[in-house]
Amino acid sequence: MAKRTIVPIGPYHALQEEPEFFKLHVEGETVVHLDIELGYNHRGIEKLSESKDFEETVFLVERICGICSTSHPIACVQAAEDAGEIEVPERALFIRSVVGELERIHSHLLWLGLAGHFLGFNTIWMWAWRFREDVLNILELITGNRNHYGMMKPGGVRRDINDTDIPAIRTLLEGLQDPIKMFRDAVLEDPLIHARTRGIGILSLEQAVAYGALGPTARASGYDIDVRRDHPHAAYGMVEWDVITTQNGDVFDKAVVRILEMFESIRIIEQCLHQLLIVRGPVDSDPPFIPPGEGVGHYEAPRGEVFHYIRSDGSNRPVRHKVRAPSFMNVPTNRETVLGETVADATIILAAVDPCYCCTERMAVALNSPGGERLWGAQDLIRMSCEKTWKLMDETGLCGPRPPVFDD
Amino acid sequence: MSANRTINRICGALGDHVLKLERKSERRAYIEIAPETVFEASSVMFREIGARLQIATGIDTPAGIEVMYHWALDGDDCVVTVRTLLSRTKPELESIAKMYPAAEWIEREIWELLGVAFDGHPDMRHLLLDDSWPAGNYPMRRNHG
Repeated sequence: MAKRTIVPIGPYHALQEEPEFFKLHVEGETVVHLDIELGYNHRGIEKLSESKDFEETVFLVERICGICSTSHPIACVQAAEDAGEIEVPERALFIRSVVGELERIHSHLLWLGLAGHFLGFNTIWMWAWRFREDVLNILELITGNRNHYGMMKPGGVRRDINDTDIPAIRTLLEGLQDPIKMFRDAVLEDPLIHARTRGIGILSLEQAVAYGALGPTARASGYDIDVRRDHPHAAYGMVEWDVITTQNGDVFDKAVVRILEMFESIRIIEQCLHQLLIVRGPVDSDPPFIPPGEGVGHYEAPRGEVFHYIRSDGSNRPVRHKVRAPSFMNVPTNRETVLGETVADATIILAAVDPCYCCTERMAVALNSPGGERLWGAQDLIRMSCEKTWKLMDETGLCGPRPPVFDD
Repeated sequence: MSANRTINRICGALGDHVLKLERKSERRAYIEIAPETVFEASSVMFREIGARLQIATGIDTPAGIEVMYHWALDGDDCVVTVRTLLSRTKPELESIAKMYPAAEWIEREIWELLGVAFDGHPDMRHLLLDDSWPAGNYPMRRNHG
């Protein structure tokens, strides 16, 4: 019998931005068992929520994840609205879907970039993240923020979308069509990607059902579920779009589902923008309080269904707030998908369920708004970086090759 | 197929096990059952009805420890919550994870946070808390005084 070795990935690992512990049991190069340990970053969000009022809980759950940062709020406010039987103005429903679908596109592009990176296809990584910037710019235009939009509240949304912003949003959206087509063709027709992802890390339909898999992880295995269609909420019952499913359940199909879903997201957003020019009225029913009761809210996040349960005793805080993110259901499917695969493929297989990583940092470029003049450009940042290095060299007494003096 | 028809099927299959049925709305139903019938009810929901377990929620209430199983009827646009109330002195349930792997992690979580024992769980150990967490100390328990 071959000698069994454990290859630890985590809990703190250079390749993971978040702590999670994957113990790969291998015999030779083959993975024979996977043990997953959680809890290295347990934040007690459910308990914390019991100390917040119903509006504050939305801001709290927005910080569960930096990528699905509007999915948790939508599910949370829907749970409160279900508990309190609160009506939401139609205009607000369209705005919820616009923000939700923009989030899906930027999340899928983020994943696509990471997947390319894990496969050693760094061109895809660079390009995907470059076009993700355009999506974040649209989100910033609509919400004021690139991530953590603060848009949702029980009874509606906090900000309207101005008619005057809609042409700019449409232009940016239109500009995404060709890049996403490029990614589609790059994945569908690249022999390297085929070789690394087809037939790799297969999740069967039976396994997807048994593990309660969600989102693209489920749909790539032919498990035809999507909360947007099956349990219509926000504007999803009022626009035309298709649920994307594939049949093979391998890494390749998971990528295909996500890429094709981005076209559907653009379709949904365009229809919502059209409706926003027609459907007028308030964007918030401004409920005074949440009456005693209990409610369920669920929303199709980029990774699958986000589920929130809220119980109210009539006070201004929930007595219980249960949160279930899609990765809680999707990550355990790795126990099946890595079996029999090689260690080298394990990284992309584990990444194929798109486990949630927080990525909200960015570089700031200050603009002198009246003149439109850049105060900090890329050159300035390079100079600052050089200066910081020189300073560290002076402080530590270490003197390796000194970066060149920056020349304006 | 309407949710009403499916809920009638569920109630028919569960028979006397249904202690209370509440139709909160077209899209929501709450069914209360006794703790000893949880496995059978879950088997009906998963195997006969084809419902999808979204998650289970545990809550420490003055009346006892309540455990809710939220089931999605994806074809009927309905969420059915099957709930049961356990005594605080010895909260126990039969594990449904042995039949339905989707429940494996949440049963581990409810055990360590609320102290509900899941009989027959295939791999009962800490999920979120450290292995050195003191036995018998359940952070989501409340002091109802």
